[in-house]
Amino acid sequence: MRKFLPAMTGLAGGLALSTQAHAQAIRNPAEEWERLWDVVIFDITVIGVIMAVAAIYFLIKYRATSPDQVGTAKKLTTVQSIAFALIPASIFMADDFYLAAKGWTVWNAYRRVPDNAMEIKVIGYQWYFEYEYPDGTIADGTDYNPIKIPVGQPVVFRMTSEDVIHSFGLPHYRVKEDMMPGRITYVWINPAEAQDTAFIQCAEFCGEAHTQMANPIHAVPQAEFDAWLAKVAAEG
Amino acid sequence: MSTPTTTAGHAAAPAWKEWVLTTDHKRIGVLYLVGSMAAFGVAGLMALIIRYEQMELGMQFIESGTEYNGYLYFHGAAMILAFLIPGLTGFAANYFLPLMIGARDVAFPRINAFSVWLFFFAIILALLSFIVPDAPDIMWTGYPPYAVTTAANTSLYVFTVHLLGFSSILGAVNFLVTVIYMRAPGMGWNQLNVFVWTTVAAFVIQLVFIPVLAAAVTLLLFDKYLGTHFYDPSAGGDVLLYQNLFWFYSHPAVYVIFLPAVGILFDIMATMAKNRVFNYKVAIYAGIWGIVGIAGIVWVHHLYIAGMPDWIRLGHMVTTLLISVPVGLLTISLWGTLYKGAITYNTAMMYAASCLYLILLGGLTGIPLAIPSMTLHLSETSYVHAHFHFIMALFSAFALFAGIYYWFPKMTGRFADGGMATFSFWANFVGVNLTFWPLFIIGKEGMPRRYWDYEMFKDVQVMGYSFEDYHLIATIGAFIIAIGMITQTINFIYSAFKGKPAPTNPWNSRSLEWTHTASPPGPGNFGGTDVVVDENWSPYEYNTK
Repeated sequence: MRKFLPAMTGLAGGLALSTQAHAQAIRNPAEEWERLWDVVIFDITVIGVIMAVAAIYFLIKYRATSPDQVGTAKKLTTVQSIAFALIPASIFMADDFYLAAKGWTVWNAYRRVPDNAMEIKVIGYQWYFEYEYPDGTIADGTDYNPIKIPVGQPVVFRMTSEDVIHSFGLPHYRVKEDMMPGRITYVWINPAEAQDTAFIQCAEFCGEAHTQMANPIHAVPQAEFDAWLAKVAAEG
Repeated sequence: MSTPTTTAGHAAAPAWKEWVLTTDHKRIGVLYLVGSMAAFGVAGLMALIIRYEQMELGMQFIESGTEYNGYLYFHGAAMILAFLIPGLTGFAANYFLPLMIGARDVAFPRINAFSVWLFFFAIILALLSFIVPDAPDIMWTGYPPYAVTTAANTSLYVFTVHLLGFSSILGAVNFLVTVIYMRAPGMGWNQLNVFVWTTVAAFVIQLVFIPVLAAAVTLLLFDKYLGTHFYDPSAGGDVLLYQNLFWFYSHPAVYVIFLPAVGILFDIMATMAKNRVFNYKVAIYAGIWGIVGIAGIVWVHHLYIAGMPDWIRLGHMVTTLLISVPVGLLTISLWGTLYKGAITYNTAMMYAASCLYLILLGGLTGIPLAIPSMTLHLSETSYVHAHFHFIMALFSAFALFAGIYYWFPKMTGRFADGGMATFSFWANFVGVNLTFWPLFIIGKEGMPRRYWDYEMFKDVQVMGYSFEDYHLIATIGAFIIAIGMITQTINFIYSAFKGKPAPTNPWNSRSLEWTHTASPPGPGNFGGTDVVVDENWSPYEYNTK
């Protein structure tokens, strides 16, 4: 593990430099999530494999050869005993703080909304979402109605609920946050690429039709978005 | 499991009366075992329905979402509150803790009997959900406002929690007093079985944290039936108050389950490897008590997506990640206990060995969930579902089964090992992997928990397979577990009466429950002479050279 840490830190440093090249570029939390996932999975896989190999080795190697045989492990001296606590604890803590720092960096991407983000207000009801665009147009997600957003335009959703707790889940954009009566929460996404497969789903248990509380969210070119919004506004 | 023991010397009361009115900790332990296994059976049946429903797109088995939610509620609440906690701190602690410390019974036998009665009343109350038309559908978490506004009967949930809470608090006081005052003369704190330590830790957690849960659900009851507004923001209440109170207890509750399971593992592995526990003092004081110390300051990781202030979420990320330190020290001690051992294999040891895999898999998959930025996506997906099943449900259940095989000769005078035991172990082990690995994979792609359908994911492919394929594998796994559990239960019942007779100390253990008692132990546990140990005695001293 110790050997991997400097190597991985170096790798992460390289990534950070390359992103700094586009000064003040708007971050993409979903992409950063995927990179962090790879780092964390690599980290836990290394620990898991080391421990699993040790367990299998011990379980096979130290089988009793006769019923009267007893274990021959020596009692640890005080120094050994403390060392076997402090050294692993230090390694685990180092790894914890390394992961915490990585996680914190990505957290900032999720929580710092870009200045130019378009704000959509969302209200959760049993069992659909209702969206209010900046121009006052209201779109609702009943009957699995898709809503649209413009490609390349960061969007922040300001959310609350009118009845019970819901959660605004966007698996495609790797984010969710609860919607609660009496509180306002937010998530923001960076729809860098056009897509027509993503959807919003309720992710906090809210009763009978919780499973069906969802609607698509398509990222489309600006012109198509404007036309769609005008159509929704006209239909009232 | 019920073994008739004769009450020599006077006219025996009818058998049912001896069991129902017993104050003997061993019989109370067996009652807890029977009750918790019954809860496990019913809650397991719910799990099969849940898995079967998700096997294909659309509605298969259920007729409404509410019906499905009722099954989910029962599965979660019963498995945690009526199987895992009573199985470990009720059955295992009751039967074996007094034997391990050389006590003739617990400090307050009648209170102990009252605890098990409360437990049975709670089970009856919980089972009423199947009779009333408005069965609770609020999940085991019971979040308001849904738990308040739902048409379903939230009071059944609240009163079940109350009864079990009283039962656990009484049990906690009883066992803490027993361990503090009733250890055999000469038995120092550093000579206790690891299982005794873990049970003490679990009961300390129960005593400190249960009142908070009781308060949370009582306010829920008031809000729903008396018109108060503790959780109603329209009248000045707060919906998050409940979640904070609930998880302030319910995260530590995970350790009430996890710790005694770890204790059982240590005792089995030290016995089967004929080895001393590796780094005993560090495992106890840094491992077990480290977990207790940190248990109360990590609960916000259950609220990572609940709009809590950023600084709390980041603070609890650090404390949550640091759980890896005491748990890591415990795993090193577990692994070290095998080092240079002389391992004998039997069903108990096979379950124990599989627990090493489960603790690794379940523990390490928790690390992404400790990081709030990861959890923004993973929360409320089947990834979480798979993680907590591996670490809490499966690890602890497998450790409990290991314990049942290990102590079976003590409880019945007979072995439960044999072909059926081996078969059911492998069915269970293969089944849990088939069931929960697919849920990690689709969970990472967004498959939500608590859904009976996943229509929106019908075009999503993961590694070339659809969500439906993964759900199919998981469902097959669940039915393989069902086969394993049914054969295991038949095996337990058969072996209790017809199993191969076992000597008093079949595993050549050094622990008092094996060296100083008959199988099963009679009233008073140790016959005519009190147990006394010297300062060199240890339950793990095999290599005396």
